[in-house]
Amino acid sequence: MDAQTLIARRIARELRTGMLVNLGIGIPTLVANYVPANIDVFFQSENGLIGTGPIPEAGMAHPTLTDAGGRPVTALPGACTFDSAISFGLIRGGHVDMTVLGGLQVDQRGLLANWMIPGKMVPGMGGAMDLATGAKRVVVAMQHVAKGKSKIVKQCSLPLTSVRPVDLVVTELAVIAFSEGRATLSERAPGISIEEISEATEAELIIPQRVPEMIL
Amino acid sequence: MKPIPVAEAVAMIPDGAVLLVGGFMGVGTPERIVDEIVRQGKHELTVIANDTAKPGTGIAKLISAKLVRTAIVSHIGLNPETQQQMHAGVLTVELVPQGTLIERIRAGGFGLGGVLTPTGVGTVVEEGKRKIDVDGQDFLLETPLKGDFALVHAFLADYIGNLSYALTARNFNPLVAMAAATVIAGAEHIVPVGLIAPDHVVTPAPLVDYLVANE
Repeated sequence: MDAQTLIARRIARELRTGMLVNLGIGIPTLVANYVPANIDVFFQSENGLIGTGPIPEAGMAHPTLTDAGGRPVTALPGACTFDSAISFGLIRGGHVDMTVLGGLQVDQRGLLANWMIPGKMVPGMGGAMDLATGAKRVVVAMQHVAKGKSKIVKQCSLPLTSVRPVDLVVTELAVIAFSEGRATLSERAPGISIEEISEATEAELIIPQRVPEMIL
Repeated sequence: MKPIPVAEAVAMIPDGAVLLVGGFMGVGTPERIVDEIVRQGKHELTVIANDTAKPGTGIAKLISAKLVRTAIVSHIGLNPETQQQMHAGVLTVELVPQGTLIERIRAGGFGLGGVLTPTGVGTVVEEGKRKIDVDGQDFLLETPLKGDFALVHAFLADYIGNLSYALTARNFNPLVAMAAATVIAGAEHIVPVGLIAPDHVVTPAPLVDYLVANE
């Protein structure tokens, strides 16, 4: 299983029936492919849709039915549409139960940086700051290490997305939970040792006596 | 309200105007009005919108034609030309979190002095803004945004100017229609009065100043 699939599958196990869920661009989008069979959730696209379905079959796309990246999607039975003020009222107002966001860095308190690299990448924050600040639960989907450097750091060197800490980070190596300003290693990826995770992690991790393997 | 030719509608927009434009990555942007602005070459525009779309669609056409001096948007990541012009110093880009941007436009249209939002507290977004404590929580005071013209794309318009929207093409449109001195709307279909049921009208007719004819 490749890293992205593993991360997406593990995060899909956080879904519970009835949740309103917003998926960011990149690995987070893949989570929709692995919703467990017995679970029904509502996916929100922040451009104004609840009930976002899969990518349409060839020839079945509609120019006014799109996701937040402007790509064609489908709407499931029971879907609804609304304007951007309502969409962000849902997000900021705490009505979105869970958001899954990509990450550039997460620090040991759970603070997320995911929207710009000064001088290099300035795409704009889009809805990320509102999602990271307002969703009830924030889950980050990202690779543990990029270009030989840990993305789980003591302190973010990149501009923060929010000062509200994230709840969970899932990487191809580990699940790390954040509470009260501390990071705890809560699961290992299949076949990955605690030593391998510690080596790939710059942040200080609390390592419990027993760290189970992820169930995928 | 007699629909007017798109050339006549756009001729009212002066160089240097502040435009509020509906649309999200080009979906729900009035393409014909945008094309006509490019054709007439309106310069030094300020564009307030969700994003600058992708090259070849919506607001990106204004960027490509170098007609925009300032863009107040939440996202430019899918438009390399916006980033090039920004780095070259010919285009000023003010990035605003999307939920804050739509609320600033809403405040402008709803007669409010601003909004208080937790989004951006403790980040670069808070620079230069007033931080206000409400019951122990910090909020940023975000000021209203208004425009000279709103460019709106509807699905249905009737002949007095009531508008309804389709699916994800609604996005910023109903909000920008509240926040500009003059509202120019285009619609995929212009229908007789009464055909849009009162419950389905999203933008009330008195807000719309000009309806662009479908030629």
